[in-house]
Amino acid sequence: MIPAEFKYLCPSSVDEAVRMLAEEGEDAKIIAGGQSLVPVLRMRLAAPTALIDIGGLTELTGVRDDGDSLLIGAMTTHYEVQRDHLIHDHVLLLKLVADTVADPQVRHRGTFGGSLCHADPAGDLLAPALALDAVMVIAGPGGRREVPASEFFVGYFETALAADEILIDVRVPKYTGWGAHYEKLNRVAQAWSIVAVAAAVQVRDGSIVAARVASRTSVPGRCVRPRWRPRWSGSLRLLR
Amino acid sequence: MHISVNVDGVTYADEVEPRLLLVHYLRERLGKTGTVVGCDTGNCGACTVHLDGHSVKSCQMFAVQANGHEVTTIEGLARDGRLHPVQEAFRTNHALQCGFCTPGMIMQAIDLLADESDPDDETVRKGLEGNLCRCTGYQNIVRAVQDAAQRMKPGAGPKMEQHSDDHVVSKQPVGGE
Repeated sequence: MIPAEFKYLCPSSVDEAVRMLAEEGEDAKIIAGGQSLVPVLRMRLAAPTALIDIGGLTELTGVRDDGDSLLIGAMTTHYEVQRDHLIHDHVLLLKLVADTVADPQVRHRGTFGGSLCHADPAGDLLAPALALDAVMVIAGPGGRREVPASEFFVGYFETALAADEILIDVRVPKYTGWGAHYEKLNRVAQAWSIVAVAAAVQVRDGSIVAARVASRTSVPGRCVRPRWRPRWSGSLRLLR
Repeated sequence: MHISVNVDGVTYADEVEPRLLLVHYLRERLGKTGTVVGCDTGNCGACTVHLDGHSVKSCQMFAVQANGHEVTTIEGLARDGRLHPVQEAFRTNHALQCGFCTPGMIMQAIDLLADESDPDDETVRKGLEGNLCRCTGYQNIVRAVQDAAQRMKPGAGPKMEQHSDDHVVSKQPVGGE
């Protein structure tokens, strides 16, 4: 299907994008990689009056080392996350998750920040963002603010992002040397996954000394509530 | 909106509606009907093209998003009347029946081989997971991709497709390929 008409805007900076969002009103929408939004527009599930394309903002791409954490630019693609050496060394879980997002074509365009903002309960990044205590760095008319993942996802396709705000970075603490695994259940190959579990563990001398685990389901309203997050830290003998 | 896109080595300057999908721009404006629309929902991969050397589904992006970028379609692969090694491998391994998925399969196979120059069976199947074929059962497609890998050693990649033609020509190429 053909999407409804919209005004197309290309800001040259984050500040300009924020200004455009304010000017165009609440029916304007940010488009990043578009891999979730374009299908939504084509099925006419949404008809924003304006699309503000942040695809040209190179300041939002790439992964930076920020001491105890990594800063992942919101426009970093899943493909870039898969291959980034900082992510591989410090947050292996995110690499393993990125490997399983959709298919190669979608990973080339789809972005880390876009996927989080879309907050599809069947999306892959929700569980790891919760497990790893990721923090969303958000730009708005009043400046910058940071929101932890546990408060960012508020419901089915809903986030704490206001209509005039943009996610610009995701801060993820380093889990250097931790082991990781991501598992999701898809009934058939191309269907949305029903449930997923993301885990990162720190192992010393054959014992798990710390673990971060989060799960999500695709059931509306019960997807990513903090009370749903089994979080546990302690020591556990590994079964051999 | 005014856009300038390099498609298969030729730069086109055009006025397009923002909601025009890239695949429709390629097919209806430029006449590049080698890129097909399969499922229309982003599942089948038949419309796969390369954007700056990386595979994308052209039904899942707008033409305006390709402004200033380089697009390679299935029609831009052959050189001097000779098929691309992946096209040749698909032909000789009988990797198609109805042929509808083939343009996307070939574009994605080239992308895969840019990252994996000697993929095993499993790697090929993973690399083509975004492309559906309803005829072949995939066996000969996997075989063709592995055959192409051998034909292209040490590997193909975005560089192989880079065109140096930055010259803006009129809307339609005059006396083009």
